[in-house]
Amino acid sequence: MSKVYLMQGNQAVAEGAIAAGVKFFGGYPITPSTEVAESLAKMLPTVGGKFIQMEDEIAGIGVIIGASLTGMKVMTATSGPGFSLKQELIGYACIAEIPMVIVNVQRVGPSTGQPTAPAQGDVMQARWGTHGDHPIIALTPGSVPECFDLTIKAYEFSEKYRTPVILLLDEIIGHMREKIELPDNYDEIAKPQRKLPQVPPEEYKAYQADADLVPAMAPFGSGYRWHVTGLVHDEYGFPNGSPAATQKCLDRLHEKINNNLDDIVLYENYCMDDAETVVIAYGGTARSAYAAVDAARAKGIKAGLFRPITMWPFPAKQIAEIAGKAKHIIVAEMNYGQYVIEVERAVAGKAPVTLHAKYNSEAITPDELLARIESLK
Amino acid sequence: MEQIIDKYFRPGRLPHIWCPGCGNGIITGAIVKAVDKLALEKNDVAVVSGIGCSSRASGYLDFNTVHSAHGRALPVATGVKLGQPRLKVIVVTGDGDATAIGGNHFIHAARRNIDLTVVLFNNNIYGMTGGQYSPLTPANSKATTAPYGTVDRPFDVTELAKGAGATFVARSTTFHTQLLVDVIAQGIQHEGFSLIEAITACPISFGRQNKMGGAPDMMKWQKDRGVMLAAYEKMTDEQKEGKFPIGVLYKTEAPEYSAEYDKVIARVQKGAK
Ligand code: SF4
Repeated sequence: MSKVYLMQGNQAVAEGAIAAGVKFFGGYPITPSTEVAESLAKMLPTVGGKFIQMEDEIAGIGVIIGASLTGMKVMTATSGPGFSLKQELIGYACIAEIPMVIVNVQRVGPSTGQPTAPAQGDVMQARWGTHGDHPIIALTPGSVPECFDLTIKAYEFSEKYRTPVILLLDEIIGHMREKIELPDNYDEIAKPQRKLPQVPPEEYKAYQADADLVPAMAPFGSGYRWHVTGLVHDEYGFPNGSPAATQKCLDRLHEKINNNLDDIVLYENYCMDDAETVVIAYGGTARSAYAAVDAARAKGIKAGLFRPITMWPFPAKQIAEIAGKAKHIIVAEMNYGQYVIEVERAVAGKAPVTLHAKYNSEAITPDELLARIESLK
Repeated sequence: MEQIIDKYFRPGRLPHIWCPGCGNGIITGAIVKAVDKLALEKNDVAVVSGIGCSSRASGYLDFNTVHSAHGRALPVATGVKLGQPRLKVIVVTGDGDATAIGGNHFIHAARRNIDLTVVLFNNNIYGMTGGQYSPLTPANSKATTAPYGTVDRPFDVTELAKGAGATFVARSTTFHTQLLVDVIAQGIQHEGFSLIEAITACPISFGRQNKMGGAPDMMKWQKDRGVMLAAYEKMTDEQKEGKFPIGVLYKTEAPEYSAEYDKVIARVQKGAK
């Protein structure tokens, strides 16, 4: 049985978290992400989970690192400035391989910018906000129902690859109310599971990877004692800064993601079969892009939309294929031009790439996009 | 001691990285002696540290251990405690770690009265980065970033903890080792936020700049200045000059955070308001 609701994207994220089996949320209030925290403050105790409002953004991610080590599925939610404050510990969670989902509902920046207006300004921060070299998975929902589904997906990736996953929303998706159908009972939804050690405690090495390059993770308190550090470490988790150990540690972090791009890279093709003018848009901007493509088609223009759902790792293969067929590629985004840089790199001159950027705190409209499509035909 | 080393230190992780004469080993030893005294299961203890000389202790100890980020031991420890309330969570931190970059977390963890035992290694300086001043560096001390003496007034971290809501506050030194073991054990047993300030000698980064002599001289400094609370309270202001009280300085009972949250869960799940 399922029921239909009218719900915000932020609330749907919270519902998705509960459905995925999340038992812990720690965070700090920041617009436009607060509804994620507020919803979970209400829901978590009902499922035996815990919510804690911490003293600052850094504590908000620190506390979920600790809870994740005890085996819980955990979440924090923030927006651009808070996301920056969390970056050191996001990097920590990457190198220490601690599963978690970090929701970033983007706002206009830099700094406080326009806290209640839509933007897609943290696309590059999601990829490169931390220090040093590590891969990241970042997913971007384009509707309220997708907020629910992608949150569950985020935990699937996070637990499977033992890594933080960023759920990158924009204010349009976070605050938009939309119809969503939710099961009455989340028991029927499969809960992503963390790989547990199969060896006795004496033989356990917390960072010894299996063939899939992902090490099993024993919850604190389960009888397996191990060491967690943000330093480059050996298979036991003890610091080892030798050049060989450093390279091995970082290689595996990258390869466990890069070897699985077919699993991780999610996208949607809309009217793409014969598309000559391809719009690449994501999140809230994609909503206008569907309408613009439909309007262009009505005028006889062969337009299509490629919507990356996995922002990072970058869908380079898919975009290279598009570039081989399209006459024009338009990247539409609510920033001064971020994702377009990666698109241009993947297109590698095989098709002209046009940026349709908007960063005045207003959404990109279907009419504007249609006009852009028409201007290129 | 050797038996204790075999029992609680990870095989193959010694020798430690601390300088000769450093007091950090004494405090780390006191922590395991306290655990031993309480006969706690190793699996039931978690040690979370920040970054700095002191915080390297977590790597040597055979518990569930985390060497977290600079200043962030307390939020991480809070998560461990809430995630697995059965664990005795000990936080190993330094003066800079806990009261400068981590100062906000420190006061708020105390305010919540969450059941953590914080052993603050106070060496009065940033040791690992080579001798810069911290919020616990005594006024007018030399530091590499205060070549003419510090102007900053230091915290009394025990008063800070008490003011913020900690329910168990104690102080000892690496000279008063029996007392140190004892107050750490009491802190672990206490249900609530416990702070144990462990005054330690850093002959390399602090002692040298301040002409305090070698490690034995610095131990003597601790011996001469640390006075048991009961005796300290009887001293005149003049006699108190240059001295500090040691022992359990403050103890009270208050609701403990993780237990209180469990009550919320129970209430909500029963459907009561
Ligand atoms: S610098 Fe000071 S605190 Fe650090 S290990 Fe050396 S003596 Fe100990």
